[in-house]
Amino acid sequence: MDDPFDTNIARRNVLKTGALAATAATVPFGAAAQTAGAPTAAASGAPAVPASPPVTSKVTLRVNGKAHALTVDTRTSLLDVLRENLHLTGTKKGCDQGQCGACTVILDGRRINSCLSLAIMHDGAEVTTIEGLGQPGKLHPMQAAFVKHDGYQCGYCTPGQICSAVSVLDEIRKGVPSHVTADLNQKPLLSIDEIRERMSGNICRCGAYSNIVEAITEVAGGKA
Amino acid sequence: MRAFTYQRVSTPAEAAQAAERNPGARFIAGGTNLLDLMKLEIETPPHLIDVNHLGLDKIEATPEGGLRIGAQVLNVDLASDARIRRDYAVLSRALLAGASAQLRNKATTAGNLLQRTRCPYFYDTAQPCNKRVPGSGCSAIGGYNRNHAIVGHSTACIATHPSDMAVAMQLLDAGVETVRGDGSKRVIPIADFYRLPGTTPHIENTLAAGELITAVTLPRPLGGRHFYRKVRDRASYAFALVSVAAVVLPDGSGRVALGGVAHKPWRVPEADGRMASGANAVVERLLAGAKPTADNAFKVTLVQRTLESVLAEAKKG
Repeated sequence: MDDPFDTNIARRNVLKTGALAATAATVPFGAAAQTAGAPTAAASGAPAVPASPPVTSKVTLRVNGKAHALTVDTRTSLLDVLRENLHLTGTKKGCDQGQCGACTVILDGRRINSCLSLAIMHDGAEVTTIEGLGQPGKLHPMQAAFVKHDGYQCGYCTPGQICSAVSVLDEIRKGVPSHVTADLNQKPLLSIDEIRERMSGNICRCGAYSNIVEAITEVAGGKA
Repeated sequence: MRAFTYQRVSTPAEAAQAAERNPGARFIAGGTNLLDLMKLEIETPPHLIDVNHLGLDKIEATPEGGLRIGAQVLNVDLASDARIRRDYAVLSRALLAGASAQLRNKATTAGNLLQRTRCPYFYDTAQPCNKRVPGSGCSAIGGYNRNHAIVGHSTACIATHPSDMAVAMQLLDAGVETVRGDGSKRVIPIADFYRLPGTTPHIENTLAAGELITAVTLPRPLGGRHFYRKVRDRASYAFALVSVAAVVLPDGSGRVALGGVAHKPWRVPEADGRMASGANAVVERLLAGAKPTADNAFKVTLVQRTLESVLAEAKKG
């Protein structure tokens, strides 16, 4: 039997193959989306429904301070517009169904799951992504704190975690209550329990939670 | 996702008329549940009507001393409203126990009422499901049904309603205001809004085709102490195994509603009348006729103990 660790595939080649696969998946994006209906219907045993032609619509989004006028398929999520049309790939696609939080961005001042949001429904909206919070050399304090406290391992969930974390402090400042707020008629306190509860929409498979909480706590303390 | 046309409307009547003109169309507000279902092609609307710009985003006092919550008030804004936190705390608590902050920032009042079950067989398009494809059968009966209904279900469907907010609305005797394409308006008491599955589990509420929810009204505040106790498999961001919403008045009387146990938020008026007699007496009536499966029989005990815990806390004053 072959030794699974002796495959003679250099890491470089694996990366090349991976990059090719990723490109292949990206290029026919529109085509794949347009025909997505038929194979799924066939697989479910339901009668095959002919794919209806795509419908496009115009939308203007202000992303990280810059306006973008776009014409997109009505089905396009805000997440896909950010990644595929605007090439802002910091925002990540994890589950694509609102369960993991990797796609979290700040829309008109509030964090949302960009995967569960149609781009065309946000004409004129202001979107802040991880790229808009800070850049290498000029990091947002939350980005710097995540680096300092090692608030990640693989890093895939990190942009969503950081966008969420920035919003958490904003929400506490505005007095938005949470499930663990003891007295609904008082302003919520800044505590570890509050941070953990408010960050529960961002899943980290590497389990960097304790370091993430430390990073957020430090930024919160610095601002208090 | 199937292709769809998209329309933005500016008045409730225009929205309802658009729905009448476009069979199979869906209203979209936050989209946090609908888009998920559209990606999986469980929902395949040919046309979407965006109802986010109807001016239905306010919470106003009613002449009767209650509140009128616009259909598009976000879950976060409803949970944070000072009047809701003070006078209808059970509603604020229920909202905050549901979903994640990101979802509450997008989900609306009407959308929350209309969210669909998270039964895994409803979501799995390779499996029979009477709710998704009427007449195809129920995979949950005899399948993995630990989190399914224990009361009010039928041989066609044992799914539960997933909303926390709706349980509090049921407890508070909310009213659902609607408008139809012909301009006619009505208020549906929430007790009459949801349907049990019976033989038609795909019909989940009493809205007519194209009827648009414009607001949810709350009667005058009840006073008393408000509780929403949700028991789930993890501490946050999970659907309820069971949840208990309760208002307990100083004399020990009150009312109770359950989530996670039925096809709709579960409330039995006769059970409310027994609140002062303790959890056993209440649950005996509340879950009368319950038919749990082997895998979810634990929910009966869980309801009992959760209510006991709530009543004990209420007594502490």
